[in-house]
Amino acid sequence: MTLLAAEGVTLAYGTTAVVHDVSLSVDEGGVGLIGESGSGKTTLARALLGLLRPRSGVVRYGSADLAGLGRAGRAEFRRAVQPVFQDGSEALDPRMTAGASVAEALTTHHRVPRDERRDRVAALLTGVGLDPALAGRRPHEMSGGQRQRVAIARALAVEPRLLVLDEPTSALDVTVQARILDLLEGLAADRGLGYLLITHNLGVVGRLCRTSSVLFAGRVVESGPTADLLTRPAHPYTRALRDAVPRLGGEPPRTAGRTEAAPAPTGCPFRLRCPWAADHCRDEAPELRELGGRKVACHRAEEVLTTPASSIPASPAARVPRDGGEAPDAPRQ
Amino acid sequence: MTTPALPLYRRTPLRRLAGVDRLAVAGGVLLGIVVLAALLAPWIAPYPEDGGSATHPLEALLPPGGDHWFGTDQVGRDVFSRVLFGARTSLFIAVAVLAVSGVAGVALGVVAGYAGGWARDVIMRVTDVFLAFPALLLSLALAVVLQPSVTTVIVAIAITWWPWYARLTASVAASVSTRGFVDSARCLGVPAPLIVLRHVLPNSLTPVLVQLSLDGGGVILTAAALSYLGLGAHEPTPEWGLMVQQGQSLFTTDWWVVTFPGLAILVTAFAFNVLGEGLRARLAR
Repeated sequence: MTLLAAEGVTLAYGTTAVVHDVSLSVDEGGVGLIGESGSGKTTLARALLGLLRPRSGVVRYGSADLAGLGRAGRAEFRRAVQPVFQDGSEALDPRMTAGASVAEALTTHHRVPRDERRDRVAALLTGVGLDPALAGRRPHEMSGGQRQRVAIARALAVEPRLLVLDEPTSALDVTVQARILDLLEGLAADRGLGYLLITHNLGVVGRLCRTSSVLFAGRVVESGPTADLLTRPAHPYTRALRDAVPRLGGEPPRTAGRTEAAPAPTGCPFRLRCPWAADHCRDEAPELRELGGRKVACHRAEEVLTTPASSIPASPAARVPRDGGEAPDAPRQ
Repeated sequence: MTTPALPLYRRTPLRRLAGVDRLAVAGGVLLGIVVLAALLAPWIAPYPEDGGSATHPLEALLPPGGDHWFGTDQVGRDVFSRVLFGARTSLFIAVAVLAVSGVAGVALGVVAGYAGGWARDVIMRVTDVFLAFPALLLSLALAVVLQPSVTTVIVAIAITWWPWYARLTASVAASVSTRGFVDSARCLGVPAPLIVLRHVLPNSLTPVLVQLSLDGGGVILTAAALSYLGLGAHEPTPEWGLMVQQGQSLFTTDWWVVTFPGLAILVTAFAFNVLGEGLRARLAR
């Protein structure tokens, strides 16, 4: 069942649109949202959390439009959907102890007697693998992993049905990352929690998410079963992300489209970085279309699927200056 | 966040005292002395009755000496006693102005900073209107309209002082409001007024507190200026600015009448500034 969905959502700061016409739905399993910095994934998360109003399109909680929820509906939404942000030191009030932060979540929707509060905070901290004695610590007195666990305990205090995890491990050491992911995986399984996992780390998505969407320049460029995306990417960007994952002992990554050209303003936004880019890609932006159980926005997805790694076309970097539309070094003034 | 310590500089307690904090400590000690003088004036002043309207015509304008450390004024009152009592008036004005303008400015600023949008625009435009007047002129105009008194001084200064705190708090609160823990509270469904009180306000206060302590000296100077111009405290209230005004015509013949209250203003304003500067340096680390 779909818990939370974006339908044709466009998001903007001022006049700058950051997310264009994105649709995405989160059900009880895990859903991944993959993209590089600046791709709009955090902005989309904020809209899904009701922190940012869409410029157009609808965010649905169940079948209700988030923007049209009344007081009671909104409270229910707040109880059901909780965020875990990138950095526990940001997500916790620096002046509050861990215990106070968790207790705040406990008492926001329900009256909890003082003596019961302490026990429930202790139970929540234990549930995320923390010593309840840490309840008296402030954020700066804890490690990054501990802070993130406190933030998770705070989110779980309202017994949500869905977590929006915005890069929940990228501020942590690799070993701590693995343990936080174990924790999240265990929690999701035990409580039947749905979650949207936002990350740039494909390995994390591969482990935790059944389906995934790839975001580039604020547009979904590919979505489908995570295993398919990772083993046989159909969009050049997905393929570039996949090939960029370093492997121990393997060949050095051979990356498709390893340039950092900005998204193109016209046509396909990825074309300036795309080894497969053709004239057609400059003229017409590809629509998201069905292709073998997934959706992909690429004119040449079939070729991308079948090109072996050894014969990826040359990087487009050399072609950029000849590309008439937007010469990067046009004289200013 | 925290800057790495310089490799050659170990921060021992002694070194820390010898650094920026020495300023704050000096300011604090100086201000402590003034506060003590104010609190204990009735007991440590050699002639407590001279804090009020007593007159001793036979002892008028005696130079500083064993009986009268700071000499006596035109009506024979002990200047040292009056300077001590004057500390009460000045500190009371300073505390009252800072409290009134601080509370008003912070309350408006934190609402503007958190709410953003039109609420912020309205509050900030009103603030700008007040800031557009030269502060001392506005205070003067108000003091002229109202009856001269200590209360008038407090009102007149507070009205020109609060916009600074509103503006400062609004900018700090706006940046605090973008932080993760505020988003987290919003996602929990914590009501907006509670978010402001619980999270935004406590995390926005430090720079305002520093500014308040820096401004204490300014308030005392302004209050003295108003009283000096006859728009504030009046006889027989012991007020340093008033004492300076009454003594200035005697400066060439009886220098002590004007000099000691003037020094008291200088020392107190200096103490506030040094303390605030020290706090600011500490905060910036």
